[in-house]
Amino acid sequence: MIKKEITIKIDNKKYKGFEGESILDIASRNNIFIPSLCHHPDLDIKANCRVCVVEIKGLNKLCTSCSTVACDGMEIYTNSPKVQVSRNTNLKLIFSAHIEKCIDCTSRFDCELLSLARRYSLNIATFKDRKGKRKTYKFSNSVEIDGTQCIDCKNCVDACSNIQKINYLKKDGKGFKQEIKATKDKNIDCIYCGQCTLHCPVASAQEQCDFSEVEKILENRKGKKVIAFFAPSVRVSIGEAFGLPYGYNSSGLITASLKRLGFDEIFDVNFGADITTMVEAEELLERLGDKKAVLPMITSCCPAWVKYVEFYRPDLIPNLTTSRSPQIHLGGIIKTYWANKLNLKGEDIITVSIMPCTAKKHEANRDNLKIDKMKPVDHVLTVRELAFLIKKNGIDFKNLKEEKTNSLANDGSGAAVIYGASGGVMESALRTANSVICFSSKAKICHSRLEFKEVRGMEGVKEASLNLGGKKLNVAVVSGIGNIAGVLDNLDKYQYIEVMACPGGCIGGGGQIIPSSREIVKKRMAGLYVDDKRHKIRKAHENEEVLNVLDYIKNKKMYTKLMHTSYKKSNRGD
Amino acid sequence: MTRNILSEIKKAALVGRGGACFPVHTKWEAVKATKGKIKYLVVNGAEGEPGIYKDGYILENYRKDLILGIKIASDFIKADKIYIYLNLNFFNKYKQSLNREAKKVGLSDKIIFILKPINSGYIAGEETTILNIIEGKEIGPRIRPPFPTCEGLFGKPTLIHNIETLYNVSLVAQERYENKRFYSVNVINKNKGVYFLPSDLSIEEVLVKTNNYPSYDFFVQVGGDADGQVLNMNQLDSCVSGAGSITIHNLRNHNPEKLIKNWLKFFKDNSCGNCTPCREGTYRLYELFEEQGIDMIRDPRVQDLCDNLYLSSFCALGSAVPNAFLSYLKNVYSPCNTCKSCKYD
Repeated sequence: MIKKEITIKIDNKKYKGFEGESILDIASRNNIFIPSLCHHPDLDIKANCRVCVVEIKGLNKLCTSCSTVACDGMEIYTNSPKVQVSRNTNLKLIFSAHIEKCIDCTSRFDCELLSLARRYSLNIATFKDRKGKRKTYKFSNSVEIDGTQCIDCKNCVDACSNIQKINYLKKDGKGFKQEIKATKDKNIDCIYCGQCTLHCPVASAQEQCDFSEVEKILENRKGKKVIAFFAPSVRVSIGEAFGLPYGYNSSGLITASLKRLGFDEIFDVNFGADITTMVEAEELLERLGDKKAVLPMITSCCPAWVKYVEFYRPDLIPNLTTSRSPQIHLGGIIKTYWANKLNLKGEDIITVSIMPCTAKKHEANRDNLKIDKMKPVDHVLTVRELAFLIKKNGIDFKNLKEEKTNSLANDGSGAAVIYGASGGVMESALRTANSVICFSSKAKICHSRLEFKEVRGMEGVKEASLNLGGKKLNVAVVSGIGNIAGVLDNLDKYQYIEVMACPGGCIGGGGQIIPSSREIVKKRMAGLYVDDKRHKIRKAHENEEVLNVLDYIKNKKMYTKLMHTSYKKSNRGD
Repeated sequence: MTRNILSEIKKAALVGRGGACFPVHTKWEAVKATKGKIKYLVVNGAEGEPGIYKDGYILENYRKDLILGIKIASDFIKADKIYIYLNLNFFNKYKQSLNREAKKVGLSDKIIFILKPINSGYIAGEETTILNIIEGKEIGPRIRPPFPTCEGLFGKPTLIHNIETLYNVSLVAQERYENKRFYSVNVINKNKGVYFLPSDLSIEEVLVKTNNYPSYDFFVQVGGDADGQVLNMNQLDSCVSGAGSITIHNLRNHNPEKLIKNWLKFFKDNSCGNCTPCREGTYRLYELFEEQGIDMIRDPRVQDLCDNLYLSSFCALGSAVPNAFLSYLKNVYSPCNTCKSCKYD
């Protein structure tokens, strides 16, 4: 259906729009600035911050531009005296509901509140801070809601309930006393996905930061090597924080900036992802060849999904692949294989992982992932934390000379980089499983297939019926835990399922650069597939370094210890 | 029974008696015109604003007529279900007898009684908030549009009326409607009575006719003790606005600080918390009062807060917050009013 075109006037200039569009939609498309805080393109419009108010000719009261549909002939003023009083007063009220903790705030350089205060020359202390005594609620070591900073927009509640359908966060109380808390319902637990943090406009919901710990370590190494590595999805998003285009591949810049921050060696988690693919593809083929094996096999590299299974569906634990995740694989390899090559002890290495994820902080703390009492990953920083550290240290990210990651464990295949997108883990495993089955000559028909486009994209649930060595393989890919229900109800239909708790996969992760939205995630996704094509090697098993490492680990009889893990039923808060 | 109830209502010019005075026939036509197999009628018996007692009075005295009005409205829109939403007091007192009346007209199968949640406050009488409450959602208003007449309860076209409005519908249907309304007349914190009188009387006429015209200097708050307009003795020739209450204050004996404090405290404690201007604004008005007392009126932040409440609140209750406070300052307050030996007196 073609939408009817309309003409409206904004600040005395004519603009075209379409019937049904909000005033804010038309204004943003035409680069007319209207401030907004509670508005997020992925959430239902709530219109509660009242910062985007505009005056419409003929109406006494103001209207919120996010919620008001533009009509043909409407005359709108974005900065009339009424708008100024109201917008400025609302902002001043919001400033005083948000205790400024700017010094340690990872949003300091990109703070919407401060930028609005500057833009309109507003005194942020017009009213007294009123939330000094509010509590901070911490969920595992991943996510926190700092009540002293909350501006009551409830984006976090909507992200948790409407997008993720977890319903963990609730508004408690009413009026000026209300606060966002965990639900009292004992059957609901946080999965640490961090979507609340990704949708909070003021960093009240945010990751539990680890950057100051890491700073301390870098200042005083105590003779240890400090290693950093970054996830596949990080390379296509961090540039946004420095004005680079969406989807721009910043691998070389990230490496250079991490070196500037003082890390001794930089690795690429792509290598870990290739390892994961090998382990997971092997397990998939084993399960498919064993009539007694539990199917469908379900991916486990998303720690929020693992938490979901362990808390909500422990009956599905046997379905999870026992393969460890890329960051844990890589951390383990660095503390064993790489340490050995350099004549170091694993204990003398501190690993810091840069992740698009808040749940990875929880994962890194899991006891059963330890290797001889060593944590494979000592600290996890979100992409936001890294961007903050780079800015804080005055590093001119954009203009750095690109550098390469450590060559002992290379920067992975094309199959590794697509781990960052929903469907990527499955596609990587299928590329390898398909080839392995061909070479093993077990297959009746051999399709050496590279791309599996049917599992790519932003859709909540993608299904495909594929051919693996002449046998039919039914797969499902869940993008966003809010879409899980339909797949869980029909498990029998599938042999292999990928689940990523965040919409779009890790590129839409809870630790990603803000702002993030479905549209932005799509652009990051495109960046990953461009990078995949750029790689000469696009299958994990063709990465010779990976094969060398796996041989080493097998020879040292460390395979199970380094490559696999186990799961157990989890209680609330575990 | 009248043949064409809609045109009768239109002719009688019935308006909503919840306070907003919206023409009744317009709502009916809108619900009727909206396509949909399932439509709902919601009866608002939340009556929560201080100073207003008329819905309780109708429930006490005219339940049979009320049920008739409900039936007529329900028949007109072919309501699938009728939700009668009552505050705790009304729920305890009248639920059973209303149900008995409903049975007599064959309506009881359709009726569902809903108790206004305890401590839900003032906002829980706002119509879209009631829809959220019935649906089990968060207590707070909805964005309009969509209007409840198009997309109301559970997304279906919904007619929402106050108790007095539906009572009036029954009077129209019985050809007994005489363009009267209920007035609650109070002397600060005390209800003098509910009176049924022509709706076009001036405030002064109501006071005179009900023998409530004070012998002392006074001022009134009209249309609810929380957000009603405050008027002085020379401003009594207008009609009674809103939900029809008049509360008399003694000009010489009243305590301005206490009065202002009561208003500000009421709104601070009753704001649902949804939007910034109301949640934060009512809190700050009260805070400034606590800090400065009546001197707050010279603080420029106060005017900004009040303007902002009116201009940008999410719902009508927020917009109405400054009414009492500002009209009191404009029409009544003078530092001299209460000091007997004032040199300006």
